[in-house]
Amino acid sequence: MKHEIIEKNIGLMIVLILVAISFGALSEIVPLFFIDETTKPVDGLKPHTAVELEGRDIYIREGCHVCHTQMIRPFRAETERYGHYSVSGEHVYEHPFLWGSKRTGPDLARVGQRYSDDWHNAHLMNPRDVVPESNMPGFSWLFENTVDSSLTGKKMEALRKVGVPYTDDDIAGAQKAVEGKTEAEVLVAYLQQLGTVLKNKR
Amino acid sequence: MSVFWTVWISILLLGSIVGCYVLLKLAQKGQSGEDENVKTGHQYDGIEEFDNPLPKWWVWMFIGTIVFGLVYSVLYPALGSFQGFLGWSSQGQWEQEVASKEHEYAAIFNKYAAVSVKELANNPEALKTGQRLFANNCAVCHGSTATGSRGFPNLADKDWLYGGDAETIKQSIMNGRFSNMPPWGSVLGEEGVANVTQFVLSLSGQSHDAAATEKGQTSFKQFCISCHGAEGKGNVLFGAPNLTDNVWLYGGAKEYIAESIGLGRKGVMPAHKDLLGDEKVHVIAAYVYSLSQ
Repeated sequence: MKHEIIEKNIGLMIVLILVAISFGALSEIVPLFFIDETTKPVDGLKPHTAVELEGRDIYIREGCHVCHTQMIRPFRAETERYGHYSVSGEHVYEHPFLWGSKRTGPDLARVGQRYSDDWHNAHLMNPRDVVPESNMPGFSWLFENTVDSSLTGKKMEALRKVGVPYTDDDIAGAQKAVEGKTEAEVLVAYLQQLGTVLKNKR
Repeated sequence: MSVFWTVWISILLLGSIVGCYVLLKLAQKGQSGEDENVKTGHQYDGIEEFDNPLPKWWVWMFIGTIVFGLVYSVLYPALGSFQGFLGWSSQGQWEQEVASKEHEYAAIFNKYAAVSVKELANNPEALKTGQRLFANNCAVCHGSTATGSRGFPNLADKDWLYGGDAETIKQSIMNGRFSNMPPWGSVLGEEGVANVTQFVLSLSGQSHDAAATEKGQTSFKQFCISCHGAEGKGNVLFGAPNLTDNVWLYGGAKEYIAESIGLGRKGVMPAHKDLLGDEKVHVIAAYVYSLSQ
């Protein structure tokens, strides 16, 4: 084939470019959708409860993932500080995953049960009350706002469509479980379960 | 990874590398390899285009990357489930790193573990280690100077909820502590809480209302002495604080005391047995113990 043919035929050039750049994705990404290592949940992994799910949405809304990662890499320096490195089986029910890409604050992949609820409440209200050198903003409004429970069931239905094993009972009881809870309560519930499935912390 | 995906990845990867080589050869087709000032025949407003061969240094670099790619794919895990001849894995590297450091530090920690917490508190080297471990793991709640903040105990004073001897401190870190002051609001009613608050204020010698204090004392005897003791001096078995010493975890002002009585308090110190392991907790306990000596 002559260069000239490709250069003078933009449609053909587009197709060939797409073919050329697809090899990386085909070999590096596509297999991940099908192999056990990345699609099977780790033992004991449960989908988020209705309360935790709403907490997760608050986490996303407030942009927590912009400053906090949820991905402990397999380096000693990280596992000493945060616990066992993250494995893909922990994240199979996450849509979308919240691994993040930059740490302004510490990694939160295993923050669950690390601190008390009281600590989280004090820290979310004003981080400097407990960590004077912190540059995290306070989130005082989370303690005033109540979660909109009318959509919780629908969110769970949507997640079920993409493979999260929610039962009909889970979805039916979702609204009642969340009703009247403040945004801070559901967010703390979400944070307190992060990374607790892998018992082997070190 | 199944055989199918191994074959899939191998074909794509090796195919791409071979494809790059083929592309190079196609581009060189019909060229002698020497600069002969041949022209392509393209002409735009009198500007002509040379058809010189690809620069040699560039071609060799291109071939170099192809060779590197092939060597890399057989040494490291690149071809599906084939682990590569070097047997490297990220998990393996991590395990090796951890094992080598653990070996390096084992001698130090073993030496520390051999003596009691109380004795270790006299070892300045161990205290330095303990301070660093404290800064990394404990300062988030108890503060970098261990003086705590509202709701999080000060560890640098001599006032202890669960006891301040060396072994008790270690137990508190290892297994955590779960305080439970029940809410008395519904039992005592608003006035009852106010009365007991006045009595508690009187225990630590703060200004109080005499009439309410008397009423409060009756309720205190009924509901509070099982944990806080008849004299309000607390009980380290339950982590019930001493109410007479004017050291307050949740604040000693009237409204804070009323809140503690009415709504209760649930202080949680998480267990660190699994997070840090016995040998590190041992050193931290020595550091914390040293702070109040």
